[in-house]
Amino acid sequence: MRFSRFFRIHTIVTLLVFAASAFISPLQLRASTDTTAVTDTTATQAEEKFNPVDMIMHHISDAHDWHLFDLTGENGELHPVSIPLPVILVTDGHVDVFMSSAFHHGHSEVVKSDRTYKLDHGHVVETSGKSVTDLSITKNVASMLLSVILLVSLFGAAGASYRKNGLGAPKGVAKILEPLVVYVRDEIAIPNIGEKKYARYMPYLLTAFFFIWINNLLGLIPGGANFTGNIAVTLTLAVITMIITNVSGTKTYWGHIFTPHVPKGLYPIMIPVEVIGVLSKPFALTIRLFANITAGHIIILSLVALIFIFKNIALAPVSVAFVLFISCLELLVAALQAYVFTLLSALFIGLALEEPHHEHGTEHAHH
Amino acid sequence: MTITGIAAIGAGIAVIGAGMGIGRIGGSAMEAIARQPEAAGKIQTAMIIAAALIEGAALFAVVVSLLVA
Repeated sequence: MRFSRFFRIHTIVTLLVFAASAFISPLQLRASTDTTAVTDTTATQAEEKFNPVDMIMHHISDAHDWHLFDLTGENGELHPVSIPLPVILVTDGHVDVFMSSAFHHGHSEVVKSDRTYKLDHGHVVETSGKSVTDLSITKNVASMLLSVILLVSLFGAAGASYRKNGLGAPKGVAKILEPLVVYVRDEIAIPNIGEKKYARYMPYLLTAFFFIWINNLLGLIPGGANFTGNIAVTLTLAVITMIITNVSGTKTYWGHIFTPHVPKGLYPIMIPVEVIGVLSKPFALTIRLFANITAGHIIILSLVALIFIFKNIALAPVSVAFVLFISCLELLVAALQAYVFTLLSALFIGLALEEPHHEHGTEHAHH
Repeated sequence: MTITGIAAIGAGIAVIGAGMGIGRIGGSAMEAIARQPEAAGKIQTAMIIAAALIEGAALFAVVVSLLVA
């Protein structure tokens, strides 16, 4: 009983940490997924050439409302249908909260006393140039909160069923979750961290695994948000792994970084290399997850866009077949990237926990 | 030869590297399974992990191309 309550408290705490950190994610690095290619703007109003880049970028980027689809009006204009989300802005110490429907999809400005806000390519800017801190519940944050609710309810139900039925054969949702949790414990945590210390890190590894997997899957649903394809999100996850790894570092670990077993003349080269190694691991984790998920979405969207580029319904069966195949591949990638992230996190934690082994050289004389 | 064009070529070259790497892994995995069919499960797991890591490296290059273009 203590076992599952331990898991549950720590899982919830860790999830809340994620939730808190995502409020910071809209601030940083939003531009990285917003880099639109400079397409040639020779298309005039009359031609209305379909621009796949804009469509793809719109689906991949974060937004202040959850855009679902467009309805074509009588004159051919497009009326977007979307769920408005709260916009929370801090300017000069004033906090302004309003729904993003006030922006009317970028056509209106919002005035709050002496501050006027407008949407500029998805970013909220204040018209007189004041710096705005954007803490809005954007599409990605809303998607994350949805996944948090999903995870807490799934695992809460599993934990409750164990508390009620004891540690016998699981009932209910625990039936599907137990093999997965045991897999993370027996194939990821214990081989990399070791029998003695793995239990402390299980909550984090389980959280990372299921959080990334569920969010990858939610992003694949049409109309879903590209949450794990947001570099700020993957950076946050990787930084958490880095913090856990380095806080758990033993003296041996830090010794190997700052006093590696090389001739002292090589220290000016080896120590920067080792320090870069500490930083490059979370960087690789960030880019791997971000690029895999975003690239997958871009591929699926490009294949769907083929129909609109050729403006031919006969292409639809071919396109849909391709999209089906790539979507199945993306299902595999969703689980695989969660597994690889968790595996590498466990590996790095295990490396940081290394105990002094028999040193080479002279110390053997003592034994 | 615009920057966008060169970035696209760069992404293509990176994918060649990934394709060759993952092809080799797949080939070695097939040979290993042929030698020892009962170890197929473990070999498959190791193959998938190695493929995911190589793909990560290839996607570094894709990200750089996207940033440039």
